[in-house]
Amino acid sequence: MTLRELVDSGLFQVVNRGEELDRTVDRVFCCDLLSVAMCNAPAGCAWVTVMGNINTLAVVALTDAACVILAGGVQLDPPAAQRAVQQGITVLATDQPVFEAALAVHQRLHG
Amino acid sequence: MDESLTLHFTVPPDDFTRAGEASSSTKATLKQLGLPADVIRRVSIVMYEGEINMVIHANGGEITVTISPDQITMVLKDAGPGIPDIQQAMQAGWSTASGAARDLGFGAGMGLPNMKKCADTLDIDSTVGVGTTVTAVVRL
Ligand SMILES: Nc1ncnc2c1ncn2[C@@H]1O[C@H](COP(=O)(O)OP(=O)(O)O)[C@@H](O)[C@H]1O
Ligand SMILES: [Mg+2]
Repeated sequence: MTLRELVDSGLFQVVNRGEELDRTVDRVFCCDLLSVAMCNAPAGCAWVTVMGNINTLAVVALTDAACVILAGGVQLDPPAAQRAVQQGITVLATDQPVFEAALAVHQRLHG
Repeated sequence: MDESLTLHFTVPPDDFTRAGEASSSTKATLKQLGLPADVIRRVSIVMYEGEINMVIHANGGEITVTISPDQITMVLKDAGPGIPDIQQAMQAGWSTASGAARDLGFGAGMGLPNMKKCADTLDIDSTVGVGTTVTAVVRL
């Protein structure tokens, strides 16, 4: 699935519509410890987390995750929101918990 | 690339909003140089963990990155409290991070082990009360 398809799927609120919407999203990754995410988030993943600070965006940028999905009603704090716009990072959000959010993406990917 | 290129960064103390600047800027440079994705990723992880450690444990510091034809050398130097027991600090899960750092998603005690995993060599030179210098090499 392309990032654009995920953004336009209606599954999630679109907090920031980033650049590179034609890139592929090929898996889901869940983790809230940034050091662990940093080392293990695969490039091209949709990363589901409840951390919505500036470091979350640094991890997205450094791992080449396709986008970040904030679960559990978490919002980006203001510096992070600014950074997302600046760096063209796609940020989605949902009130659903991490597992349900990830499952929704997984089902899109694998029918 | 037949000459080495040196990048220099100052990591400000206690400023989480700027942590990550040195790593993303280095990443951008390595991308421009057309280095392999795996190398870029490993360097980025080392730089980012190092930067965060400087912010949360050491009141900031200085990072020098040297890109040579055969390797990338990162020297992360701070004048923080130093590490009393380096072996213990290297253990996965060991952390003295504050609640504030944990609230931001750090303090899992995975930083130094991640750096070791990603670098070809990692040397830590630390004196309590004087500071810490971490030297990491990623070979090309
Ligand atoms: N630059 C540093 N200055 C002082 N202490 C440090 C530094 N880097 C790491 N440490 C010490 O080593 C421990 C482990 O570091 P790390 O593996 O990165 O985990 P974390 O940063 O999550 O605590 C830290 O909790 C801290 O006690
Ligand atoms: Mg650390």
